Amino acid sequence: MSILVYAEHDNSELKADTLKTVAAAQQIGGDITLLVAGYQCQGVAEQAAKINGVSKVIVADNNVYQHQLAENIGLLVTELAGDYDVVMATALTTGKNFMPRVAALLDVAQISDIVAIESADTFVRPIYAGNAIATVKSLDAKKVITVRSTGFDAVETDGCAEIISLAQVFDAGISSHVSDEITVSERPDLGAARVVISGGRGMQNGDNFKLLYGIADKLGAAIGASRAAVDAGFVPNDMQVGQTGKIVAPDLYIAVGISGAIQHLAGMKDSKVIVAINKDPEAPIFQVADYGIVADLFEALPELEKAL
Amino acid sequence: MKVLVPIKRVIDYNVKVRVKSDNSNVDLANVKMAINPFCEIAVEEAVRLKEAGTASEVIVISVGNKSCQEQLRTALALGADRAIQIDTDQQVDALNIAKLLQKIVAEEQPQLVILGKQSIDSDNNQTGQMLAALTGFSQGTFASEVKVDGDFVKVTREVDSGLQTVSLTLPAIVTTDLRLNEPRYASLPNIMKAKRKPLLVRSASDFDVDLTPRTQLIKVVPPSERQAGILVDSVDELVEKLRNEAKVIS
Ligand SMILES: Cc1cc2nc3c(=O)[nH]c(=O)nc-3n(C[C@H](O)[C@H](O)[C@H](O)COP(=O)(O)OP(=O)(O)OC[C@H]3O[C@@H](n4cnc5c(N)ncnc54)[C@H](O)[C@@H]3O)c2cc1C
Ligand SMILES: Nc1ncnc2c1ncn2[C@@H]1O[C@H](COP(=O)(O)O)[C@@H](O)[C@H]1O
Repeated sequence: MSILVYAEHDNSELKADTLKTVAAAQQIGGDITLLVAGYQCQGVAEQAAKINGVSKVIVADNNVYQHQLAENIGLLVTELAGDYDVVMATALTTGKNFMPRVAALLDVAQISDIVAIESADTFVRPIYAGNAIATVKSLDAKKVITVRSTGFDAVETDGCAEIISLAQVFDAGISSHVSDEITVSERPDLGAARVVISGGRGMQNGDNFKLLYGIADKLGAAIGASRAAVDAGFVPNDMQVGQTGKIVAPDLYIAVGISGAIQHLAGMKDSKVIVAINKDPEAPIFQVADYGIVADLFEALPELEKAL
Repeated sequence: MKVLVPIKRVIDYNVKVRVKSDNSNVDLANVKMAINPFCEIAVEEAVRLKEAGTASEVIVISVGNKSCQEQLRTALALGADRAIQIDTDQQVDALNIAKLLQKIVAEEQPQLVILGKQSIDSDNNQTGQMLAALTGFSQGTFASEVKVDGDFVKVTREVDSGLQTVSLTLPAIVTTDLRLNEPRYASLPNIMKAKRKPLLVRSASDFDVDLTPRTQLIKVVPPSERQAGILVDSVDELVEKLRNEAKVIS
């Protein structure tokens, strides 16, 4: 079995999720090649070469890949896929964007968002916002798979794979990048944080999210939000946790002023310990919380910050 | 320009599904069904493009059995001009849905196809991207803003790091995210009017697309339930439990 794994990065840093996708690849078993596609991304290639279990890193370094546009990356990965039995990417927005293009160009199905591997052709994935867990067998010879990071433990990084540069360039020429609006935060990444504290509609406005900052700083936590908080403009879209936002599974998840709709639970109910702060004792979030506190968040949060 | 909007009939998002006792699938008997919420956003966006004079016609399409006509009628009531049902009783994989849609794209020649980013039942998030690949169109997925400008469409996308804006050569595929718009409700007069709008039924077998399944559903089980926890009386008690019982903070 030969497996091609797409590395997630921003041209300077390799995303830790890639270590989990490689773990998934190892469970399938076989020779693993990593693809780093980007612009001026040699540093990422060097980080990628250290991932255990990776035998080779292919670097496609060209400005057509700078913003990882799906049309161009799709062509690149499809071309490389010829040599592999399995193509894998992390189920983050980049992978979700281009991988189905690869599957369609290869004329195979894509198995999205797998959380476990039964065998080389059979995979486990949540459906219906995680209210059901499906075991799916791929009937195609070649497999195209996206991996949900929370299902796998990161591999170590003391390896040393060889790095190969790819000269061929793929440019579909039908899309171009205009601009980015990147949320800058000193706090850990939502997907990687050991502790996440999220605010919902109960926070009332964006300014009140400051009540979470002090707590987040003390716990080294990332800050998340419900859809309602994002829709209302309290916080940016990249903070949304849930079925259609980010999926997290930290050691500790603190839900503040969040009712616990199934779409929100889909993104956090695999957290090890869940805490809910809500003034409504009937809120469904209490049904999944290990520790609940029925309280007004405007009183509970300052107390919590002090008590930590 | 024509806008094509593929829509899917799915379980209503408020309903919590149950898994069948034989673990063959989820139980959809007597469950409330609706348009997939992301498809509703797609219909709304297309109708707004028509109202703005950018689009000339909005065509909605659904692959499924007769029951999906209900959702097509709803889309007509929301402002679509005509509907196409591709009739099949089979469970069709996303790739094969995309292949059927590709045939309709070839016939209708829309400049824009707007799909939902994800169906809330299969949680696949792939049909739009596959259709883009098969047609060779550009794609703007997870859109929170769509601006047609001459031969291009500018799409602002919700990505993990924030927002990304791309410029796409038309024809293009767009998939909707939650913040693109807030769908309207169908008014009673529009629901009545929708009954007279054209709804064409075509058989999936007429399209020269091999619908042989690419995946096999082996089993479906309920997720592991979390143990119900406890309510604590004070923040101090909470912190004590997190430190000494759960040991998740120091
Ligand atoms: C297609 C689709 C996709 C979706 N995807 C997502 C998703 O990815 N993520 C997501 O989160 N949602 C998603 N949703 C939305 C979801 O259904 C809920 O609407 C949303 O999660 C509700 O957010 P909330 O809990 O913040 O708001 P609400 O449900 O309004 O809850 C607010 C809570 O705050 C509490 N509260 C209010 N004031 C206080 C106070 N002073 N002190 C303490 N508690 C207080 C209230 O008791 C209440 O429980 C999706 C919906 C659809 C249809
Ligand atoms: N059976 C179907 N008929 C029409 N459109 C569909 C169908 N299935 C999926 N789609 C479209 O593809 C989008 C994404 O679905 P999916 O890839 O299944 O998550 C949906 O929001 C629809 O716009």
